[in-house]
Amino acid sequence: MIIAVASGKGGTGKTTIAVNLALVSGKAMLLDCDVEEPNAHLFLKPRISSKEEVAVPVPFVDTARCTGCGQCAKVCSYNAIAVVPSPGKKASVLVFPHLCHACGACSLLCPAGAIREEPRRIGEIEEGVCGDLGFAHGRLGIGEVLSPFLIRRLKERISSSVLTIIDAPPGTSCPVVAAIRGVDVCVLVTEPTPFGLHDLTLAVDVVRQMRIPFGVVINRAGLGDDAVEAYCRNERIPILARIPFDREIAARYSAGQVLVEGPGPMRDLFFQLYQNVCRVKDEADRCVER
Amino acid sequence: MKVCITASGPQMSDPSDPRFGRCSYFVFLDLATKSVEAVANPNLEAAGGAGIRSAELVASREVAAVITGHVGPNAFRTLEAAGIPVFIGARGTVNEAAAAYEEGRLQKAEAPDSGSKSGMRP
Repeated sequence: MIIAVASGKGGTGKTTIAVNLALVSGKAMLLDCDVEEPNAHLFLKPRISSKEEVAVPVPFVDTARCTGCGQCAKVCSYNAIAVVPSPGKKASVLVFPHLCHACGACSLLCPAGAIREEPRRIGEIEEGVCGDLGFAHGRLGIGEVLSPFLIRRLKERISSSVLTIIDAPPGTSCPVVAAIRGVDVCVLVTEPTPFGLHDLTLAVDVVRQMRIPFGVVINRAGLGDDAVEAYCRNERIPILARIPFDREIAARYSAGQVLVEGPGPMRDLFFQLYQNVCRVKDEADRCVER
Repeated sequence: MKVCITASGPQMSDPSDPRFGRCSYFVFLDLATKSVEAVANPNLEAAGGAGIRSAELVASREVAAVITGHVGPNAFRTLEAAGIPVFIGARGTVNEAAAAYEEGRLQKAEAPDSGSKSGMRP
């Protein structure tokens, strides 16, 4: 089973949920897909055993072969190639690697076969263990934008025989879609505030459109108002857990500590959350069978 | 000799547009015949690379100079490759910007004078 922990709003507690959920579920793999600012390692403190450099293929133009036809610029959806008439030459082809999304269209469709692809480093993936837990995270290079590419590469580590928990990036844009695509259940973390509700509705739109079974975790429950509860009731969205708004939790978080160390109410709460997630998956599986 | 002036409307009396990549119109003016052709900028809403695409558009029309307010790094590099000088600091109407260029009052850009995405600010 693959569980993604996502949210519309940032700072709702995705990492707290993902890390503690992974710890109570026993043998699992935690993938921190928030590659722009991964932070799950601050709580799990894994022993990193391997590192992979991740590069994207970007076009490189062989000027001897290039006829200056302009096809590469025409097919580039990201405006990363310009072909302009140039004084004293047939044409100048300019490549802007930071705009390139590595789709490969230019090299595929160049009629002269003048474009080859060369790797450009965009970030790295670190892998290791934390007790029984497998761990991997991506780290996007500074100034780079192709997080979906790095996230997909990170997700190649998913094995169907191991429970995988994905800590997704915040928001509802391409990196989130890349992180939650193909998962069995999505846990949407929110807080009971107007901002929390607003961004939750955006995230719900995304998971519904992607047909991913999901439920909501209300973090900092007791703060704010009841609008999130009412919204979930009206939309028939299961509330999988409520994490109380509690000073002790904040203090542990600030110290980089997990919440489920040793027996206690938090361990019970997260174990219940895990069971509720399993129930969402079972119900979705039954719907498919019918 | 034809020049391109970035403009917020299609007429010579419209205000010039200080942005290059995301200006509203490109006004192509033939300085000898005074004939004018305005082209609405198709790259206004581009997520990225507006300057590059706009520079390509201008370069496809054999202009001797671009007259605008500011120019960003990607547009500058593209126009430079096409051998088109950029004159920055244009103000007032399109007419006034063209006059300032003809009287030598505009500065030729030796480097980009604004950052990427600066044309996206309101």
